[in-house]
Amino acid sequence: MTVTNLDNSKARTQQPALMRTEQLSLSYGKKIAFEDVSIAINQSKITALVGPSGCGKSSFLSCLNRLTDLIDNCRVMGRIFLEKWDVMNRNIDTIALRRRVGHIFQKPNPFPLDLWKNIAFPLKEHGVKNRQEIDSIVEKVLKDVGLWHEVKDRLKDSALALSGGQQQRLCIARALALEPEVLLMDEPCSALDPISSGVVEDLIASLRQRYAVLVVTHNLAQAKRIADYVAVFWVRDNRGKLIEFGEAKQVFESPQHDLTAAYISGHRG
Amino acid sequence: MKQEIIKSPISTILVWLVAVLVTGTFAWILGDIIFHGVGGISWEFLTTAPEDAGRSGGIGPILVSTGLILAVAMGVSVPLGVGTAILLAEFTSATNWFGRFVRRSLDILAGVPSIVFGLFGNAFFAKTLGLGFSILSGGLTLACMVLPILIRSAEEGLRGVPDELRLGAAALGLSRTTTLFHLLLPAAIPGLLVGLVLGIGRAIAETAALVFTSGYVARMPQSLLDSGRSLSIHIFDLSMNISGGDTNAYGSALVLVILLLMINATAAWLAHQSSSKYNDSYQFR
Repeated sequence: MTVTNLDNSKARTQQPALMRTEQLSLSYGKKIAFEDVSIAINQSKITALVGPSGCGKSSFLSCLNRLTDLIDNCRVMGRIFLEKWDVMNRNIDTIALRRRVGHIFQKPNPFPLDLWKNIAFPLKEHGVKNRQEIDSIVEKVLKDVGLWHEVKDRLKDSALALSGGQQQRLCIARALALEPEVLLMDEPCSALDPISSGVVEDLIASLRQRYAVLVVTHNLAQAKRIADYVAVFWVRDNRGKLIEFGEAKQVFESPQHDLTAAYISGHRG
Repeated sequence: MKQEIIKSPISTILVWLVAVLVTGTFAWILGDIIFHGVGGISWEFLTTAPEDAGRSGGIGPILVSTGLILAVAMGVSVPLGVGTAILLAEFTSATNWFGRFVRRSLDILAGVPSIVFGLFGNAFFAKTLGLGFSILSGGLTLACMVLPILIRSAEEGLRGVPDELRLGAAALGLSRTTTLFHLLLPAAIPGLLVGLVLGIGRAIAETAALVFTSGYVARMPQSLLDSGRSLSIHIFDLSMNISGGDTNAYGSALVLVILLLMINATAAWLAHQSSSKYNDSYQFR
């Protein structure tokens, strides 16, 4: 019952992965959230993480930009590489890491500042001081997320006055402004109404061109629509495991694992 | 069950009676002070020096001393308090032994009677540090006294800031310091203000701790090392030690009450301003 299909997976052989994990495990105190997860995240592809709740998908995302450092009692084992860079190394510059690996949360979390500052403030902290440069980046990323025409006349309004879907797109724009290479998205649509959810989903699909996207989703139909690769997590022995990882087409049409097949057809999960 | 209790006439009367008793007592005290004090208050009363041991004249120097004592107390305790609160809320976990020890100490300190603070201030600031009976000694003693209140409410304010803000900031590669000063502290302002008001309120009304530290001298202070009489001590002295000082005691008491009400109102307004700006929309969206 171990994961054997990983090594023959085409995902590993086609192109060098931008980011990959090797036997990654995470525990909160004595409770193991997930263990032994090895996947690859490729440039210009969308990788979807699917599986039932509580199987450690969100925790897995937080490892990749070391956000787990902020959580008490949280221990991560295994290895993570961003190109040749050893992410798990204690001495790496986490600020630089988080600039390269952006993170979008389930619940939109804009700063309680105005729209412009939401994007400009992180930029300034990363050394972009020129006002004109900031303005042009703000305009560019807001156009990228399709928010520019909705908000260009109220950039000085509080970001908290936006609708949920707009807030989420602002959060995506804020992450894009730092020019990351990898985007981690933790169920970015699940807190939104169906229409906003559709807008954000289209946005994610359009980001494929320029970023390596890793998106956690509960929504299998969504994964089917947008993902190039799919990783299926499952809970076994009260801990999360990766039971299948491969190209979306292959996982959905001829799953290797019985549980995956049952999950995809709606019999389990 | 609950319905029955509320509908029963006896409990209704009892509940109303208690409420009337509480508000009535407050209204009585306030009314008494206003009734006796309002006649004595004038611009002259507020600006001139007391004469004849306070029986006549005004409270000018006393207001100045009170202000200076308060300024010293808050100037010292606010940075220390906010700093400690940051340590407790942002750099130690809720279960950390050191944090728990500091918190427990603060809770005990908050319950220590003010006269004990007064004796400590007298022994340490006035004698050991050689500051004597002075505004500085009094202010520093009050700073010690209000620190626990300031720290605990500032800590609560910081802990009340949603974690999404911390994670969101970290995920954008913002340093902890930047996050703290640009996002967390502004969002914690309502909590900080509540602490500030409680602190000022306790400090401005304090008598016992000041008797042994800032002293009784009713002259206009020339420096922070001069002794200065606070408003509360002035009231105490006039009503207890000076026969015929009641009129001015009432006047001074009214000034003190008005100051307290003003501080409270300002803080409530400020807290409302900043909370509607930062927190409300966060919680209810």
